[in-house]
Amino acid sequence: MSAFPKLAALAWRESRFARRRLFLFLSSISLGVAALVATQSFAASLAAGVRDQARVLLGADAALSSNRRFGPRAEALLDSLRRAGTPTARVTSFASMALAPRTGGTRLAQVRAVEGPFPFYGEIETEPAGRWRELARGRNVLVDPALLVALGARVGDSVKLGEAHFRLLGTLRKVPGEAGISTSFAPRAYIPARHLPETGLLRFGSRVEYEAFLRLPAPGAAERLAGGYRERLRAERVGIRTAQRQQERLSDALGRLGRYLGLIGTFALLLGGIGVASAMAAYMAEKRESIATLRCLGATAPQVVTIYLLQAGVMGIAGAALGAAAGVAVQWVLPRLMRGLLPVEVEVGVDPASVLTGVGVGAWVAVAFALLPLLATRRVSPLETLRRRVVMEPEPAPRDPWTWGARLLLAGSVVLLVVLQAGELRLGLGFAGGIAATLAGLGAAAWGTVRGVRRLRAGGLPYPLRQGVANLYRPGNQTRTVVLALGFGVFLLAVLYLMQDNLLRPLRPGAEGARANLVFFDVQEDQEAGVRATLDAGGVRVLQRAPIVPMRVAAINGRSVARMPRPEEQRPEGEDAGPRDGDEGPGGAEGWAVRREYRSTYRDTLVRSEKLLEGRWWGAGERRPAGAPAPVSLERGIAEDLGVKVGDRITWDVQGVQIPTRVASLREVDWARFEPNFFAVFPSDALAGAPQTWVLLAEAATAAERAGIQRDVVRRYPNVAALDLTEVQAALDDVLGRVSLVIRFLAGFSIATGFVVLLGAVSVSRLQRIRESVLLRTLGATRGQIGSILLVEYALLGLLAAGVGCGLAVAAGWALSRWVFELNDYAVPLLSLLGLGAAIALLAMGVGWWGSRETFRRTPLEALRGD
Amino acid sequence: MLIVQDLHKSYRSGGQSLAVLRDVSFSIAPGEFVAVVGPSGSGKTTLLGLMAGLDHPTRGTVRLDGTDLASLTEDGRARLRRERIGFVFQSFQLIPTLTARENVQVPLELGGRDGSGARADELLVRVGLGDRGHHYPAQLSGGEQQRVAVARAFVHSPGILFADEPTGNLDAATGHRIVELLTELNRELGTTLVLVTHDPDLASRAGRTIRLADGRVVSDEANPR
Repeated sequence: MSAFPKLAALAWRESRFARRRLFLFLSSISLGVAALVATQSFAASLAAGVRDQARVLLGADAALSSNRRFGPRAEALLDSLRRAGTPTARVTSFASMALAPRTGGTRLAQVRAVEGPFPFYGEIETEPAGRWRELARGRNVLVDPALLVALGARVGDSVKLGEAHFRLLGTLRKVPGEAGISTSFAPRAYIPARHLPETGLLRFGSRVEYEAFLRLPAPGAAERLAGGYRERLRAERVGIRTAQRQQERLSDALGRLGRYLGLIGTFALLLGGIGVASAMAAYMAEKRESIATLRCLGATAPQVVTIYLLQAGVMGIAGAALGAAAGVAVQWVLPRLMRGLLPVEVEVGVDPASVLTGVGVGAWVAVAFALLPLLATRRVSPLETLRRRVVMEPEPAPRDPWTWGARLLLAGSVVLLVVLQAGELRLGLGFAGGIAATLAGLGAAAWGTVRGVRRLRAGGLPYPLRQGVANLYRPGNQTRTVVLALGFGVFLLAVLYLMQDNLLRPLRPGAEGARANLVFFDVQEDQEAGVRATLDAGGVRVLQRAPIVPMRVAAINGRSVARMPRPEEQRPEGEDAGPRDGDEGPGGAEGWAVRREYRSTYRDTLVRSEKLLEGRWWGAGERRPAGAPAPVSLERGIAEDLGVKVGDRITWDVQGVQIPTRVASLREVDWARFEPNFFAVFPSDALAGAPQTWVLLAEAATAAERAGIQRDVVRRYPNVAALDLTEVQAALDDVLGRVSLVIRFLAGFSIATGFVVLLGAVSVSRLQRIRESVLLRTLGATRGQIGSILLVEYALLGLLAAGVGCGLAVAAGWALSRWVFELNDYAVPLLSLLGLGAAIALLAMGVGWWGSRETFRRTPLEALRGD
Repeated sequence: MLIVQDLHKSYRSGGQSLAVLRDVSFSIAPGEFVAVVGPSGSGKTTLLGLMAGLDHPTRGTVRLDGTDLASLTEDGRARLRRERIGFVFQSFQLIPTLTARENVQVPLELGGRDGSGARADELLVRVGLGDRGHHYPAQLSGGEQQRVAVARAFVHSPGILFADEPTGNLDAATGHRIVELLTELNRELGTTLVLVTHDPDLASRAGRTIRLADGRVVSDEANPR
């Protein structure tokens, strides 16, 4: 290999005049590398943040939590810890209406009553500063800024929670360990626990979370405590979690998030790879004469391959480095995009490992994709220096081991890359399969459409249009590659948009069956008639009302739930601790279904959002033989989780009273509608006497009416909570909007890659294009005609890509909404998709025009001068 | 009628002015067949480009049927070309994405004229390629491609046709047939024919030869018949 430096020098010289273009081809991968480096480096910063702030996230070393009052064992434990000198603090959280008497503003809030020096780690920042320490000194309240705005209140005002008045000390600026966005459904209001009883809010049926926080700074102390007491406390439905476990779970979750985001970057990288392969193939076709000359002068086929491989490798590294630099810059944008979504502060820094990996992976992908077209140069014959080939026939490579090796290397690289990025084999293979299927679908659609468009030429279209169409088939054209690359980006964006639209549509005011825009809950049995009367008086229509009876499953088919074996690691911590630990691990659904609290209702008719699947519905007033179990109707999914079918027996524990039932029917429930829906529905006579609360759905036309009626109800019944669904809608829009903004931002890299590929394709055909337009001008074409031909070509490319991408997205969106999100209706927002298509076509025209501007600079005389 | 008067063309190269044509004057009558000959670098192609309005002279005028080419805009000259001028090139210059027939149609289509298909077929038959109209340039031999180019040059019945080394890329026999075709069409249709070549044999077939050397006309005489 002593000849290698000489070969390298030759490769460098040979790339003269083509370096800029070669760099453009290989920079198809830059954007993918940028996305990858940005997400990975950001994920690394995030992980470091979580590691450093583990105890701050929980605010303590360990916490007990339950959604009922702590039982004697938990209290005894807390007592003994306190006596041993362990600092403890308690927080009781529940939803309640906040009312500002001065302005009359009301809003549902998450009330948190704090007792003790919470948090032990980190600081709750307030505006004005330092108010957190004053909270416990009197009837004070600190609220989220959103609540301040909703109430129209200002610092110093009085805020009424239940029956008690609190003085508004200030607003919360930062509460460690919580993502800002979690407050958009119900803003927080912190009060001292001492004054909680005065509110009179903790009534029957309220959803309350009780937590106790412990400071156990000795290493391992929190873990030992959790290990020793977890089992014992479980019987009292008290969960115990530690800062370390919390951090591990969060790290896992954020790691997954980072990997998913990275996968989107990987898409862009692979698209870039396809662009590289295509551009290299065209570049090699252009280099045929040089190659033939080199061969004629005695270069061996491997030498020729090496020369161009070196060129590709150097430019690939340059492209990847450029991408990595861009990625490092983009990193600073990500925390802004994710504002409110993350529970920790992220200190963004450059993560050298991510940068190096990005450059390495990018260069590797570029070379792997460039290899196949490079290998084809081995078939260029030195004879071509003497005899120019007239016909460009495609050359098949029948059983060339090198070609097969390159293909395997390419496939292997792609799969390996995706698997590594996904972090686990099955997921990675799934993703690789998904990408392959999508690309195959796009490829097939692109191929079919491009062929179909070819028929357009037969029609009596104006000349520039036909010539523009014809240009899509110019020899060495990259139409399919561009359509594929651009189409994939469009596909990603369109799927995102379709899912967001379909998920939110059923909740939009004015959507079918979603006329209700106010929900009143926690209405006590003796208040129900009064609340209704208040609504009537305010001219607000009650659309639906339902009683709610909290209960648990006591036994299934005679087998006591308490004695059922508990699958290990199912809901390992925070059992029944409420929404904070509401995620069930895989395989945990069944155990959770058995042990969870059910909020059931009773009625004798099916409602609009339900469909009877199996069994029989009871008639109103239907009599049962004395002593026979009551019928119950279960939702299909929960019946599956409970492992019961029609005819099975379930005994329910309703506030200590055992109620035997028989599963009479299974229902399908459309959960997407914002209506009170229930897993278990009982006949009226079975539960009529049980302790219950009511939920009422109402409709008030204007925002002013909604605010007014909430005020009226809350003034009379301070414990009743009201939810304005338009606010929920806005919050959901906000959450989904922010999440999809991040994904869209990364999907944007795919679109941008598509345009880089387009630019590369324009550049590949540059000479041919100039020659053609000069010829056309010699034959009498005006600049206007040449321009229209160009624009038609690029507009068609953009439209094809958008059409193919949107078409596949509509299909994929349908599949997702049906099988993943289980939505009943699926609608395609045609106008928006058309807008997207038009935008892509316009952009393609712009990019194409910019790439072809040279075409207009040449004078027609050059046609005569030949090549 | 083509009148060339005091034509001068120089290019700037590396800060130096390089004269390619100096004080060239002549006129060509309608229906005439003129050969422009001279060694490589004598300014033949530059002269052709100026005559066809593909480039601007540094000094002097070119008048085609009374129109001063310099008085037209770039697009105006393009329109003039697609109405009155035909071209045949050394390297054929067919558009690879169009079939033979579509290539022949181009000048008519650029002018938005109807019936271009029938006219193209007619010309293809005339050049002996009546059955090859649906083939792409890559599927045709060099001689066939040049015949398509000849058909394209005549399709819009131009008053004047410029041919730049039309046989340069062809073998002798094929080249001969192309020249036959050009002269036949020149006679039949009365088209003025200006042929640029450095092949004395080819030049001798014209009625008149203009000889260039070093950017000047060194002789301009009728060929003996």
